[in-house]
Amino acid sequence: MAGTYTELVMEHFKNPKNMGQMEDADGKGEVGNASCGDVMTVYIKVKGDRVADIKFQTFGCVAAVATSSMVTELAKGKTLDEAMKITRADVAEKLGGLPPIKMHCSNLAADALHAAIEDYRKKASE
Amino acid sequence: MTRMDVYLDNSATTKVDQKVVEAMLPYFTERFGNPSSIHSKGVEAREAVERAREQVAKLINAKPSEIVFTSGGTESDNLAIIGAAKAANSDESKRNAVVCSNVEHPAVLNTCKDLVASGFSFSEAKVNSEGILKTSEVQSHISKQTAVASVMLANNEIGTIQPVAAVAKLCHEQGALMHTDAVQAVGKIPIDVKKLNVDLLSLASHKFHGPKGVGALFIREGVKIKPIFGGGGHERGLRSGTENVPGIVGLGAAAKIAAEDLSNDIPRMAALRNRLISGLSGLSRAFLNGSRDQRLPNNANMRFLGVEGEALITLLDEEGICASTGSACSSKKLRASHVLLALGLADWEAHGSLRLTLSRFSTKDEIDYALEKIPKAVTTLRRMSPVWAKLERGEKIEDVKDGGHIH
Repeated sequence: MAGTYTELVMEHFKNPKNMGQMEDADGKGEVGNASCGDVMTVYIKVKGDRVADIKFQTFGCVAAVATSSMVTELAKGKTLDEAMKITRADVAEKLGGLPPIKMHCSNLAADALHAAIEDYRKKASE
Repeated sequence: MTRMDVYLDNSATTKVDQKVVEAMLPYFTERFGNPSSIHSKGVEAREAVERAREQVAKLINAKPSEIVFTSGGTESDNLAIIGAAKAANSDESKRNAVVCSNVEHPAVLNTCKDLVASGFSFSEAKVNSEGILKTSEVQSHISKQTAVASVMLANNEIGTIQPVAAVAKLCHEQGALMHTDAVQAVGKIPIDVKKLNVDLLSLASHKFHGPKGVGALFIREGVKIKPIFGGGGHERGLRSGTENVPGIVGLGAAAKIAAEDLSNDIPRMAALRNRLISGLSGLSRAFLNGSRDQRLPNNANMRFLGVEGEALITLLDEEGICASTGSACSSKKLRASHVLLALGLADWEAHGSLRLTLSRFSTKDEIDYALEKIPKAVTTLRRMSPVWAKLERGEKIEDVKDGGHIH
């Protein structure tokens, strides 16, 4: 099983970065659904126009956890505009690739990040 | 506890018994003859094949002449179902229906479905939430049109044991043939084809410490089926192709050992399995999938809510434990296992399932190691799971049917 994933994917799965809930998040994005076996929640704290802090929670397979961990690493410290430009392909590439079947169903982390930023912007404009 | 290698995936395949390997070895090199040859090398191989036939027959209380060797469980299932359907369709009865349960292995389920293209009607009898088929449910599916019904003796995922003898009685009342896929049951529970009263029974060597690539089909004396391979007419014309002599010898040796050891193996496996279930049931929101009582002595299939199976299997693999899951994410499908869904579980519940299957080689130390590592892995994944967080807050988990993926 582990043979189908890159070492970097396994490293992020076993020791995920920025994992946990954020009680006082400025923005929260949740994507996927439990029926499909993947739910990702990304929480962000915004200072100025930058992602000052970020956390995730994920219910899902190895790839789902690893992409969540990686997207938080990629987004941390970036401006919101820069973070919005992080794509699913960027996440997969930074992990050294994902098995083809996982590109489709478990690579939702970038979507969760974008949803969190949109949530923040919506709240900020209210 | 120091790291151990713990194999708890014996429903996937088993370790070949060293005694089986030793029985096979001469048939690769010294006794390599073709059983169809007239010379002494051929006779030697023929004798070995016929000895193995007796050993397999004895294990299931059949006659040697009722055993046909195949390449394994999948071929046995195909030969039984297609062979019976073709035979019924070509005799006067013109029976044109096939029936199976909704928790069959794909080798049965897909073979039955494929017969629709040949003009057969197909219906599925549904198990209850315990994974057990009720005879009243089967009865409504069997008629004078039924050529063959196929109900597994024991399920490969949840280990539930079906009332095969009762289903066979219903079939025979309607003049239909009864097939059972006993691949998971052999070597785990006693099997007597006379008591089961089935016409056809499939078994696979590698599920009970024999080699892969060989199996057998029991065909009751007098039951007519058609072959599915054309060729030289080996195995009484039912399975053409030169016999896999070393494999057949291995199957025979494994059958002999299984027959001799079963009465000791059953209570030992059951005690270890019970220890596993009791230990894991102590976790919160952990449940046993399938009937507690009507199940194989070596099967524990648990679901841990809020956890996804592939992630769990991977964490356990890191600890040296081999197990499997019914989660879709471990396979090339998107939906969870059809067996777990047949129990009425929501997809998200089925995703958190873990199948642990023991063998006669499993030890108490291995079970205790698993009982230390599995709860840790479940806790690790629950700590990062938003689904678990929702469950802890008492929120409802949305059950979206048929996908709902964002693409």
